[in-house]
Amino acid sequence: MSDEATAISLDAEADTAGRLVWYLRGVRAAFSVPGLLLASAHIGFAGLAKEAGLTLVQTVFMTGTVWALPANVVLIGGILSGASLPAAAFAVALSSVRLMPMVVALVPELKGTRTPKWFLYFLSHFVAVTSWVLAMERLGGIPREMRTSYYAGLGPTLVLVNMVVVAVVFLLADSLPPTVAAALFLLTPMYFLTSLWGSARERAGHVAMVLGLVLGPAFHLIWPGFDLLLAGLIGGGGAYIFHHMTRKRAAR
Amino acid sequence: MTFGSIDAWWWPFLFILVAGWLATDAWRFLGVYFGGRISEDSDVLVLVRTVATALVAAVIGNLIIFPSGELAGTPVGLRIGAAAIGFAAYMLLGRRVLVGIIAGEVALLAGLYLL
Repeated sequence: MSDEATAISLDAEADTAGRLVWYLRGVRAAFSVPGLLLASAHIGFAGLAKEAGLTLVQTVFMTGTVWALPANVVLIGGILSGASLPAAAFAVALSSVRLMPMVVALVPELKGTRTPKWFLYFLSHFVAVTSWVLAMERLGGIPREMRTSYYAGLGPTLVLVNMVVVAVVFLLADSLPPTVAAALFLLTPMYFLTSLWGSARERAGHVAMVLGLVLGPAFHLIWPGFDLLLAGLIGGGGAYIFHHMTRKRAAR
Repeated sequence: MTFGSIDAWWWPFLFILVAGWLATDAWRFLGVYFGGRISEDSDVLVLVRTVATALVAAVIGNLIIFPSGELAGTPVGLRIGAAAIGFAAYMLLGRRVLVGIIAGEVALLAGLYLL
């Protein structure tokens, strides 16, 4: 082997070792307070899915393929209120549009100079609120070429851990005392009630949240199969109008 | 075409794939495609965020007012009260999600114990 080839192979070795280290640091980041919160919300979600009549395999499948708890909760909500496939898909799509700007913001932070496009598409599947917040917070302090390795550790680990959490809760749910089971069902609403408020970027987000909280149950009484869609469109639209009215007033 | 309307083992999975996986990953893939080309502050994205927030909030409202499972057996006033106490604890004690969850759960369990 020529000297140059040896240098390159040594370089590649160091590169692989570095990638493994950063991958493992990413894995470790999944076991943090945000990770714990996400797991607690998934405990509630598993109970919810079981009550909605889903099997263990279906619920674990759903956790891994959809991998956005709001989307999964909306999907279960649709199943519970007897929504048709197009109505459920539309509601889930509406609840998940925000994933696009999140990924748009993450990609420039994440990609190295040689990162292939397909790998970014693969990694994007693991984008949901928790991993996104952790990544946006920490990627800045990680060498650029190692960032995809770090996220490849963080994102998939969060998914796998929560798939296990969901399966375990599913198996234990029947043997839980009623009080504990009741408390478990409150975990997901409490998680979103607080984290949704905290993640709002503008005042309109808080208005949207309050409108949604009231309109959801109201439309559930009037038109069950379309309650989520109507509450989302009317509540979200109302908050958007509020956003413009207050901005105009501030401009004057 | 609801979740339970076709009695075949594959139907629930197809339902989850189309209404769940496709409806979420399509947005993620579009995000990679547009990567770096849309500003986070653009006006359309404000609407995107408010609709998504209202939708998830609607589910949360339903989960509290019309819950399933063991929670359905508890009084509706207790559920709203527990959620309100949890939210108040979150707002007043440094806006920590964990604090809000614990306070809400303690309020619910205390209520169930006392009633």
